[in-house]
Amino acid sequence: MPPARLEWKTRLFAVIVILSNTLGNFFIARGMRGLAVPADSILHMLRAIFAPWVTLGIVLLILWLLSRMVLLSWADLSYVLPVTSLGYVANALMGHFFLGEHITLARWSGTLLIVAGTVLVGMGTHSARRDTP
Amino acid sequence: MSAWILLGIVIGCTVMGDLLSSFEMKRHGEIHDFRPRGLGRLLATLATKKFLIVSVFFMAISFFAFVKLLETADLSFAVPASAATIVFETILARLILKESVDSRRWWGVCLVALGVTLLAA
Repeated sequence: MPPARLEWKTRLFAVIVILSNTLGNFFIARGMRGLAVPADSILHMLRAIFAPWVTLGIVLLILWLLSRMVLLSWADLSYVLPVTSLGYVANALMGHFFLGEHITLARWSGTLLIVAGTVLVGMGTHSARRDTP
Repeated sequence: MSAWILLGIVIGCTVMGDLLSSFEMKRHGEIHDFRPRGLGRLLATLATKKFLIVSVFFMAISFFAFVKLLETADLSFAVPASAATIVFETILARLILKESVDSRRWWGVCLVALGVTLLAA
């Protein structure tokens, strides 16, 4: 595959991985906090999984898992992990703005550091390379 | 179960699952056919890969621990704190998967790790 097309495909899948992970986690958190009974047993956990928000979150996380596996088929794990860590920042923002979570100055500082680290990693190469044994 | 125990389970199982799935997917090779029939064939092929099956098992444990964690812990804590996997996985990707990790990636990973530590503080 031409390098430019591989680059484009890598970035597209990275965006899909980040969005599906962020929204999936958000919907699960929203659904789990709305449960009438805490999921303290296997039965209650199974019941929780079929709550509408939780189910939606799980569907999105399945999409996340599949798109991530596809991305890992050509991109390095050590590239995929940090780049998709932008999802951690997005999750913090969702928690703050949509779940009313209080985020301290230390957490916001951490968010900026993650963004800086992610940009640094994103400037590197994307394709799989191996050291010769 | 405390949030820290759940987080430990999430991190340990995620590291194992990611390493195994990366190893098996690399062994399978790059995916080119994204048509429904091609994806169906791909799923059928992947379902026979033993490392991938074990990785799915680890991911399932990690997932249920994570769902339980989200019930009580802040989303803005639980998700960033689980990024501690990046540090372990990058080291293991270098040592076990023999991936070439240049200095720029190492610095990026260090910043991400520091950021995650601050987020979880």
